[in-house]
Amino acid sequence: MTRRPRVSRAVYWAVVAFLFFPLLVLLFYSFNEGKGFQWMGFSLRWYQKLFSNSRELWASVENSLIIGLSAATVSTVIGTLGAIGLNWYKFFGKKYIQAVSFIPLILPEIVIGVSLLIFFASNLRGIGTVLDGLAATAPLGVAQLLMVLAIPFHVELGMGTILVAHISFTLPFVILMVLARLSEFDYSIIEAARDLGAKELDILFRIIIPISIPGILSGFLTAFTLSLEDFVVTLFVQGPNSQTLPLYIYGHVKKGLPPEVNAFSVILIVFTMVLMFSVRNLLKYMVKSK
Amino acid sequence: MKKNYGTWYTLPLAVWISLFFVIPIAIVLIYSVLTRDYTGGVIWKFSLDSFSALANSSFIRATATTVFIALVSTAITIVLALPVAYYMARSRSNTILLLLVVVPFWVNFLIRVYAWMAVLGQEGFLNDLIRWMGLTNEPVTFLFNIWAVIIVHVYAYLPYAILPLFTTIEKFDFGLLEAARDLGASHVKSLTKIMLPNVQSGIITAVLFTFIPILGSYAIPDLIGGTDSTMLGTIVALNLRTGNNWPLASAISVVLTIITSVGLLLYFLYNQRLEKVHLQFQEETK
Repeated sequence: MTRRPRVSRAVYWAVVAFLFFPLLVLLFYSFNEGKGFQWMGFSLRWYQKLFSNSRELWASVENSLIIGLSAATVSTVIGTLGAIGLNWYKFFGKKYIQAVSFIPLILPEIVIGVSLLIFFASNLRGIGTVLDGLAATAPLGVAQLLMVLAIPFHVELGMGTILVAHISFTLPFVILMVLARLSEFDYSIIEAARDLGAKELDILFRIIIPISIPGILSGFLTAFTLSLEDFVVTLFVQGPNSQTLPLYIYGHVKKGLPPEVNAFSVILIVFTMVLMFSVRNLLKYMVKSK
Repeated sequence: MKKNYGTWYTLPLAVWISLFFVIPIAIVLIYSVLTRDYTGGVIWKFSLDSFSALANSSFIRATATTVFIALVSTAITIVLALPVAYYMARSRSNTILLLLVVVPFWVNFLIRVYAWMAVLGQEGFLNDLIRWMGLTNEPVTFLFNIWAVIIVHVYAYLPYAILPLFTTIEKFDFGLLEAARDLGASHVKSLTKIMLPNVQSGIITAVLFTFIPILGSYAIPDLIGGTDSTMLGTIVALNLRTGNNWPLASAISVVLTIITSVGLLLYFLYNQRLEKVHLQFQEETK
């Protein structure tokens, strides 16, 4: 018999208490009658205010959801295709793609934020200005063409740039999740399908994608969560009218957050827990029914 | 004939990652050696001004603070995460134990940071508690110092350390511990001499997952920290967002990237060596 792990058990429960403690404090203050962190008595007024009079908060939640869903979708499509290519094929430039796809995983977030802001704010605009300048002196016809070409380079910081940034830093996670699933898969099945005359697109949609659904799903969910969570990169590439939830909190936190944020956090925690458990059960159910 | 579709599959990825990752990083490298334009942006003239500005004492202090905070927070995180992961790996109901560790992290990162402000603030929970217990009437300042910054970093990055440690410790053969005990090793000795070396790869991953993000941390020192806890991230953001010193912000990013890359390189070299040792071991035992 080994000794029962007494020390590690004590540390475990202490750590769990440490992890939950600040959240319980938020829960506590969400029922506070007063505005600040001084206990004035029990009240549900902040929950009431949250659902009746918190436009800015909900607008930021909406922005976060729009960006999160779109970023996760694009990132999942590009990442899944990329993972399929990286897993089974040898081609020119494979080493390059492998190397640069995984660097964002490990680079401090702030570096990604800085590089994208500088990229959006200066170089793209610079190219746009050069094209416009050329258009001014070019003969008719060519001038129109140049002006049209310049349109995508007149970047305004906002929802669009946040979306691009979020797709970029979530891609490696999607690739990793799909690769993990694909690596368990026997390539000879694909060869068999090919020998039997299946076209590449058939193979993709009828074999590869159905088989990698769990990887694709977890890639999508990870990308979605990371996008909702992101603060630093978003802070850099944000523009007017593109406030996401983390930006909203950051913007208000220094002068004291409106108390309905406490109520919102509590609802968010409960909601995420319910969502996670149902997703987990759904996945279990899917696995069992196969 | 087998056609190779690899290029087609990876084309969107290659284009995206080149355009929105490789090129921006290359631009940062170039900008770090250009001249500052005071209205924002750069003048296209070679200059090492921003790198010589890095020799400035306030910058050196910020680098030292950053490395100190990252080291201490990582050390505390790992020391806490190891027994937690060990307990989870040994327990039969580890799904529930795992969930308990992960659930708090479904709450938005900034809300978690804000929760600590609610705990430590002048009007916060701890001060309320102290006043209620009648210990003192003067509010105690828990926030705005380096230790508060370290606590919140530990809080924010604990799961990033616990998860990789848990996955490696779970694969560890606990029978080895019993064997060591039978041969007369003490409990502590069997853990440090047998288990720790065997879960080294997990420890290294956990260190990377905490140390690197903390190096580039911005929100926590900005909201929780004070004048003694200015980190590199704070300086980068200041120079880029309000100070209009793009070359300096770029130069600091380059420094952060270099520190990270050196860490990664060591990690890969170490892993390769570890693999070689394993192969040799397998050869010898055949």
